Amino acid sequence: MKLLILIGLVLLIIAVHQLMRVVELSRQFKKGNEWSVKDSDNSFNGKAMLLFGFAFIAFFFWQANRWNDNLLPAASSLHGVKVDTLWDYNMYIIVTVFVLTNAVLFYFAYKYRGTKETKATFLAHDNRLEMIWTIVPAVVLAFIIIFGLKYWNEITDRSNDPNKITIELYAKQFDWTARYAGFDKTLGSTDYRQIDGGNVVGMDTLDPAGNDDIIVKNEFHIPVNKEIEFKMRSRDVIHSAYMPHFRAQMNCVPGMVTEFKFTPSKTTAEMRKDPYVIQLMKGINEVREKRGEEPVEFDYILLCNKICGASHYNMQMTIIVESEKDYKDWLLTQPRFKKRVVSK
Amino acid sequence: MSHEHSADLTEHLGHHDHAHDHDEHEESFVSKYIFSMDHKMISRQFLITAIVMAVIAMTMSIIFRMQLAWPGEKFAFINAVLGDKWGKDGILDPNMYLALVTIHGTIMVFFVLTGGLSGTFANLLIPYQVGARDMASGFLNMLSYWFFFLSSVIMLGSLFIEDGPASGGWTIYPPLSALPEAMPGSKLGMTLWLISMTLFVVSSLLGGINYIVTIINLRTKGMKMTRMPLTMWAMLITAILGVLSFPVLVSCVVLLICDRSLGTSFYLSDIYIGGRPLDNVGGSPILFEHLFWFLGHPEVYIVLLPALGITSEIISTNSRKPIFGYRAMIGSMLAIGFLSFIVWGHHMFLTGMNPFLGSVFVFTTLLIAIPSAVKAFNYITTLWKGNIQYTPAMLFSIGLVSSFVTGGVTGIILADSTLDINVHDTYFVVAHFHIVMGLSAIFGMFAGVYHWFPKMFLRMMNKKLGYLHFWVTFICAYGVFFPMHFLGLAGVPRRYYTNSAFPMFDNLVDINEIVTVFAIIAALGQVIFIFNFFYSIFRGEKSPQNPWNSNTLEWTTPMANIHGNWPGPLPVVHRWAYDYSKPGSPNDFIPQTVPLVEGEQDGGGGH
Ligand code: HEM
Ligand SMILES: [Cu+2]
Ligand SMILES: [Cu+2]
Repeated sequence: MKLLILIGLVLLIIAVHQLMRVVELSRQFKKGNEWSVKDSDNSFNGKAMLLFGFAFIAFFFWQANRWNDNLLPAASSLHGVKVDTLWDYNMYIIVTVFVLTNAVLFYFAYKYRGTKETKATFLAHDNRLEMIWTIVPAVVLAFIIIFGLKYWNEITDRSNDPNKITIELYAKQFDWTARYAGFDKTLGSTDYRQIDGGNVVGMDTLDPAGNDDIIVKNEFHIPVNKEIEFKMRSRDVIHSAYMPHFRAQMNCVPGMVTEFKFTPSKTTAEMRKDPYVIQLMKGINEVREKRGEEPVEFDYILLCNKICGASHYNMQMTIIVESEKDYKDWLLTQPRFKKRVVSK
Repeated sequence: MSHEHSADLTEHLGHHDHAHDHDEHEESFVSKYIFSMDHKMISRQFLITAIVMAVIAMTMSIIFRMQLAWPGEKFAFINAVLGDKWGKDGILDPNMYLALVTIHGTIMVFFVLTGGLSGTFANLLIPYQVGARDMASGFLNMLSYWFFFLSSVIMLGSLFIEDGPASGGWTIYPPLSALPEAMPGSKLGMTLWLISMTLFVVSSLLGGINYIVTIINLRTKGMKMTRMPLTMWAMLITAILGVLSFPVLVSCVVLLICDRSLGTSFYLSDIYIGGRPLDNVGGSPILFEHLFWFLGHPEVYIVLLPALGITSEIISTNSRKPIFGYRAMIGSMLAIGFLSFIVWGHHMFLTGMNPFLGSVFVFTTLLIAIPSAVKAFNYITTLWKGNIQYTPAMLFSIGLVSSFVTGGVTGIILADSTLDINVHDTYFVVAHFHIVMGLSAIFGMFAGVYHWFPKMFLRMMNKKLGYLHFWVTFICAYGVFFPMHFLGLAGVPRRYYTNSAFPMFDNLVDINEIVTVFAIIAALGQVIFIFNFFYSIFRGEKSPQNPWNSNTLEWTTPMANIHGNWPGPLPVVHRWAYDYSKPGSPNDFIPQTVPLVEGEQDGGGGH
């Protein structure tokens, strides 16, 4: 190995040396300077700019087309639909700006490539033009701001739906725990000093409200079409609860309780029948097959999206969205906190 | 070092004429090349240090890109670079992955594009372009470089310690960065990171104060503020941003040091780690984020503005046209500078911050798009009906305009808190900031090097190699960063060691491979530049006094690096810097030192 590197280095040095010779020799044969820009240089680079402009925009559409099937499916939550709509409108605007501005830039770079004969037009400013491109972006931005904030206010609205379900997502290096309120519909209070092997989320054992709380790992269930209010906490460092299919994300900050709420609108089973998702999973399973791995089915996922240490990349939990009845049945089979402590 | 020897080296660097005999006699090798107080030498020191740092940071990015494209694959290269501890069997260790990402980001943002970019071009250009003999304080300037050097050495040194360097991301959010139990990189590596960055801030402040004072006080006769080249305005505003925001980073860092070593609880509360509860209560990591981003956001403009200033100058010169909307350019830089202090919250929409406060930050952030758009359109109009001369510097400047627009528009998405919910901290963000900040500023830096190389080293860089370097870099740069948007849209979080730990991202392998292949080609392409740079320092063609037919004052100095810049009296300025192709003038450029003729108007008015 070392030898190979050594040989590589020697070859590199020889190559560089040869390159230098070539450059120096070629200089001797040329009249004038190597460095001064000739009309032919302008012509070459100007045309290359135009070509690049076309290629660049083509590359953009190629990517958008090719990877269109690999992106997140349409939102699976009520507010997520709004996020997607807003996203689309903003995308139309910025893609237009992106394509037009780049097109004009590269076209000008081509069109006005210099020659010895031409003379540039002396144009220092033009108030009318400058007004236009101050006011037009300002108006467009005003729309973007107004719609963005309208949705933001709706999404972050704290008004209480009396039927909502509250779930706590508890983060630690490197896994998630979900906690549901029990029969009393209240999450028991917590105390980080009481954390231990049997009390992972740090329940305050003196608070009776916590006795019937349900604590689950690896997978948690939520009912479709019900408002779910998440309370996020962290045990050690900042994590972030990211549920991309629902367009939901909130940081989990030690010492604080943060919140995010949404209403899931499609069950896991529905998603598995969705044509886009079928297509998406086909792509995934093709790659898995090539690698000799088992095929998988679609699942919603909760990811960690704030750097939190070595296994940050694999800190996840499966989310199952199902009918309210299935959800209730599932919940009844889960152990309650009190029992767990007693059985310890 | 004897005098003869130093004269010898001087010869080497290409000073042949002996017009510059004052002062030179007492100079030793040490005072000329090492502890130099001359702005030109300090500028070269910054540049070369930055190049070394950039190569290191780029190599890191190749290593972690290889891991992302081919996770689990064994690479002899990785083992050879990282050794058995961090690259066992040629597979990158997850902790080392995070460490490399962190140090890559830190080096690129601070050492290359802040210290390197401002340090090189503010030092080189400020005295030249305002017509001063040197910086206001040569001594502080020298200190500024040596603090920078020391801080670079410490940052690189941290790569070699037992537990590895800092690895909590370049934003070093506590508690991750505060608690040694949280990750190996939060042990000694983090301490070194904090020390290094503190020294870096000292360097930056010493430099910044000097830049401001020099521009305000040492302008030569006739150099009104409104006649200054846009590079000077950019450097001035950058320096002001730095002086106002870097001290906040120091406060932020000092509190973190206290939490780490003195048991305070500024950022810590209710934590259970390493099998025990900590005593710290009452602090908040969110406080850190506010302090950090109060610097962090202006920092991106500290990175960007000098590049914009440099390209304003280069685009005008090589379009052979005045920069379009000189005053609007100054106005938009001032607006960007001001607004950059009241937008930091856009990094924190999802921290549990009050949603109304979030709305305020949405509003202020989107406002920045207006002056930015004005700048982009003004560049494009400058090209319109120009007579474009494609020097390598001009190519890179046009590249900057493209990347500034391409990366800028995605900023509009990220600034919209509603949309940020789903792409925050994903590869969409990685794509955005690399294009708008990374590429733009790097292109600006390359443009500056190609353009002012003759002033720095008195020789010319090879043009053809410059072209080759540009095209490889430009094509690959978009090849690396554009596809990352799509990773983000597929929901891939950033700072993930691999996208193959669970099935969700399995269909994205081809994107990851494309990105990495382009990154490797791009990195190899930089060899062309490095070669051209060092080769031309010693063997490049001799430069004439004003190779680009430019108007600014630096091109009125003799082609020799002499103390005091001008052998005789300082030049007197009679006009703005942008009289290119002015009607009625026989040449297509009129240097700033040429008096106005009867009835001629300055500043682009008629005549
Ligand atoms: C050689 C070309 C480059 C490549 C291939 C590259 C690639 C990357 C990648 C893939 C990441 C994200 C890794 C992750 O989140 O897991 C990253 C992070 C980063 N890069 Fe680059 N990059 C390059 C150049 C630059 C430049 C010029 C800058 C200057 C602004 C820069 C600044 C950063 C920053 C600030 C981060 C974030 C570090 C962190 O997450 O803490 N990079 N780079
Ligand atoms: Cu995490
Ligand atoms: Cu920002």
